[in-house]
Amino acid sequence: MDLHFGDSKPTDEERAAVDTLLGPPESSWEGADRSDADLRWARGGREARERRDLLLPGLHAVNDRIGWISEGALDYLCRRLTVPPAEAYGVATFYAMFSVKPRPATVLHVCTDLACAAAGSAELCAGVEARLGLGSGVSVERSPCLGLCERAPAALAVKAGDPVRTAVSAPATVERAVLAASSPGSAPEEPAAALAVPQAGDPSLMLLNRVGVVDPASLDDYRAHGGYTALRQAFAIGPAGVIREVTDAGLVGRGGAAFPTGRKWQATASQPDHPHYLVCNADESEPGTFKDRVVMEGDPYSLVEAMTIAAYAVGAHKGYLYLRGEYPRALRRMEHAIGQARARGLLGDDILGQGYAFDIEIRRGAGAYICGEETALFNSIEGYRGEPRSKPPFPVEKGLFGKPTAENNVETLVNVLPILTMGAPAYAAIGTGTSTGPKLFCVSGSVDRPGIYELPFGATLGELLDLAGVRDGLRAVLLGGAAGGFVRPDELDIPLTFEGTREAGTTLGSGVVLAFDDTVPLPRLLLRIAEFFRDESCGQCVPCRVGTVRQEEALHRIVERTGADAAADITLLREVGRAMKDASICGLGQTAWNAVESAIDRLGAYE
Amino acid sequence: MTVTSLGIPRRLLEFTIDGAPVRAPEGSTILDACRSAGKDVPTLCQGDTLTPKNACRVCVVEVEGARTLVPACSRKAEAGMEVRTDTERARHSRKVVLELLASSVDLSTTPEVAGWLKEYEAKPDRFGPDAARLDEEPRIDNDLYVRDYDKCILCYKCVDACGDQWQNTFAISVVGRGFDARIAVEHDGPLTDSACVYCGNCIEVCPTGALSFKSEFDMRAAGTWDESAQTETTTVCAYCGVGCNLTLHVQDNEIVKVTSPHDNPVTHGNLCIKGRFGYQHVQNRD
Ligand SMILES: Cc1cc2nc3c(=O)[nH]c(=O)nc-3n(C[C@H](O)[C@H](O)[C@H](O)COP(=O)(O)O)c2cc1C
Ligand code: SF4
Ligand code: SF4
Ligand code: SF4
Ligand code: FES
Ligand code: FES
Repeated sequence: MDLHFGDSKPTDEERAAVDTLLGPPESSWEGADRSDADLRWARGGREARERRDLLLPGLHAVNDRIGWISEGALDYLCRRLTVPPAEAYGVATFYAMFSVKPRPATVLHVCTDLACAAAGSAELCAGVEARLGLGSGVSVERSPCLGLCERAPAALAVKAGDPVRTAVSAPATVERAVLAASSPGSAPEEPAAALAVPQAGDPSLMLLNRVGVVDPASLDDYRAHGGYTALRQAFAIGPAGVIREVTDAGLVGRGGAAFPTGRKWQATASQPDHPHYLVCNADESEPGTFKDRVVMEGDPYSLVEAMTIAAYAVGAHKGYLYLRGEYPRALRRMEHAIGQARARGLLGDDILGQGYAFDIEIRRGAGAYICGEETALFNSIEGYRGEPRSKPPFPVEKGLFGKPTAENNVETLVNVLPILTMGAPAYAAIGTGTSTGPKLFCVSGSVDRPGIYELPFGATLGELLDLAGVRDGLRAVLLGGAAGGFVRPDELDIPLTFEGTREAGTTLGSGVVLAFDDTVPLPRLLLRIAEFFRDESCGQCVPCRVGTVRQEEALHRIVERTGADAAADITLLREVGRAMKDASICGLGQTAWNAVESAIDRLGAYE
Repeated sequence: MTVTSLGIPRRLLEFTIDGAPVRAPEGSTILDACRSAGKDVPTLCQGDTLTPKNACRVCVVEVEGARTLVPACSRKAEAGMEVRTDTERARHSRKVVLELLASSVDLSTTPEVAGWLKEYEAKPDRFGPDAARLDEEPRIDNDLYVRDYDKCILCYKCVDACGDQWQNTFAISVVGRGFDARIAVEHDGPLTDSACVYCGNCIEVCPTGALSFKSEFDMRAAGTWDESAQTETTTVCAYCGVGCNLTLHVQDNEIVKVTSPHDNPVTHGNLCIKGRFGYQHVQNRD
């Protein structure tokens, strides 16, 4: 590879940010001052290139410290990692949280997505912008869903420095958001994760039973509440036994695609190629979804334990937790939990004295919904643009670093704990025949008690909404998030199961239930959904890259129109939508039109 | 006696295309099989010397049992597959994809697209006069070639040719995301500040004329570019001992550009700066 670097030099601070992550450079080939030794030997090439996967952490290091990534900083990082600057520039410009242009040290992300829009984010944004104008040292950026929908409207302040400071304001008022942006260090502590769980403390809960009950910082407390009995059970029955239990339990993935977990694990475990990897998908950027955050904030050790069991089952010794960049508290809690588990021999070379080695590395996303797509996530970890790969080959065969990989959602993984402690038959008896076990639902919008609800599969939409206290004047419910579909208020008897929603012509997706009352202007909402997908498309394939734009344009045209006036544009929306569904590379383009289509067909949005 | 290695014998897969049984060697793509069976499937981002990124999606076909359409250019044929190349569903997607492309970029120098637009009855105008386009000025920052990204369909071929598939220079990448994604060099600067070594291999693979020889660009601007009046002569490069084949494109007794045969086992269509651009001395008649 011809590596070419420009003349831009990093500032001392930028250099320090990179060196804190990578250690000091050893030779001039890596960006140190030239020494006599450099004249005699060259280091770099292959050995250094294998550190490409540190590109994303490196970009975070600079962006966290300085607030943006200059040419000099990017070039220096590239020199350290033997990455071509053109590629690194392509990666840096892919993520919404990075900037390659100078900007103020503080960025205030104000959510303008569905739940927040319904809760008045437009006024919040206007108010915040009026107060934090030019020269305030704060850049106000409109953000897709921040995963705090139960406390909408939400804002997240990030102040670059050493260390970087973050503050969440939700529910946000102009005053509180401005305060969070101007002094994130002294902003009030967020409410406990348990407040997002209206059923907290209910002894019948299986997945959320510890949220609000245990101290999320204490490993001992976790153990005192049944922690690590599932891992002991896993060691007792061996990897094949774990896979058998998970298969017999009928566990299917909770990340949206509903793939049988046992089959995925079996396929990964049986691959002759090594090493195997385990990846936990904690990217959670689907608008309306916040369940994984609450689990990680409220019961972080459960995920550490579940990942250990999954890794043991598939024969992986290394696991990655890909955690959404906008979740500072979940990041702190998981970092702490992983550190404690490592210190106590629950991660590392010899877990529980069983001779099994496993460790977890956390990777932070940087603002890209598409990185939740499993293969885009691999690219992101590897230091490439978060573009989905074509399948086949599937991840179980060629996943992370081209090796067999099992990738699972947070909620999927924590289900493994009750499966092992109660046994597959007892678990499979919960729910329905094909949708077994408990399910988490993220309820927000026009309800009195928004939050995460745990119900056995099979409860109806109406029962869930009653629990959450649905308000009068319900106009529509968005099931499954932005990639899901709308249903009408007279369809509340839909059973919340994979088969039940499919039969009703909709989807359960990742478990989003967003209720909208009749004060919410439907066309604006649809426009926001279209805008979301246009913004989040990776841009790789034509149907999605251009199709999402053409759809948004058509929705803009008909925002105030109905009936015959809208007919031509609705035909256009349908034709483009059909091609996107059929011909896009990945699930983003394939589902981007679903919600709008359902609003037209089921709600009669433009009649 | 020289022995030509034939490689490991490849198994033949049996499957059907449009109902007719076909056989193709293991490892072939559906497109390979279609072409040997004499079926025409349109392609844009596929290139004979590169692994396709399957990004344009004009080559989609229907495979029995698959939830979505599949890209013929990159999906490997499997035994027992039932492939349909010309269903209403596949034709609809191709039509819409052509409309989406033609509404957002300038396809005037993309061969074959005009014919496909007609064949699929694509109407790019129906997205209205305000449909977002690229609308960028050509970038002319060096004497060898011009980057006119208004014509770029983001097929990734130049990225792959400059990167790990051929040149290993990695001067080109895709930057930004979604509709704002663009081809650029580092820091989106001029080519002269970049890692580019001016091999021109990106021009060789660009299907749309977004990357072109300065000579061709200037002649097109002046209205003097006339492919029908050009002759092509393939010869051997005289600069070094590698022995690359050069194809000289000559118009009015002047070399107007240099390419290399893609089926040449030495170059596979690739050259270096000397072979590709170093022809001025030939035309120096003083
Ligand atoms: C655009 C897109 C975004 C996705 N985002 C997420 C996500 O945030 N979290 C998640 O677990 N799965 C997400 N998925 C689904 C994953 O690709 C994958 O199916 C899932 O992580 C597998 O885990 P599971 O089998 O446990 O469900 C997304 C898929 C697509 C197409
Ligand atoms: S469908 Fe959209 S997000 Fe997925 S690969 Fe294509 S452009 Fe990227
Ligand atoms: S410049 Fe040409 S080769 Fe490169 S992506 Fe665009 S169309 Fe393809
Ligand atoms: S094109 Fe370049 S590498 Fe090939 S023979 Fe000519 S000078 Fe040598
Ligand atoms: S946090 Fe605003 S919509 Fe989810
Ligand atoms: S030619 Fe197959 S996707 Fe472009």
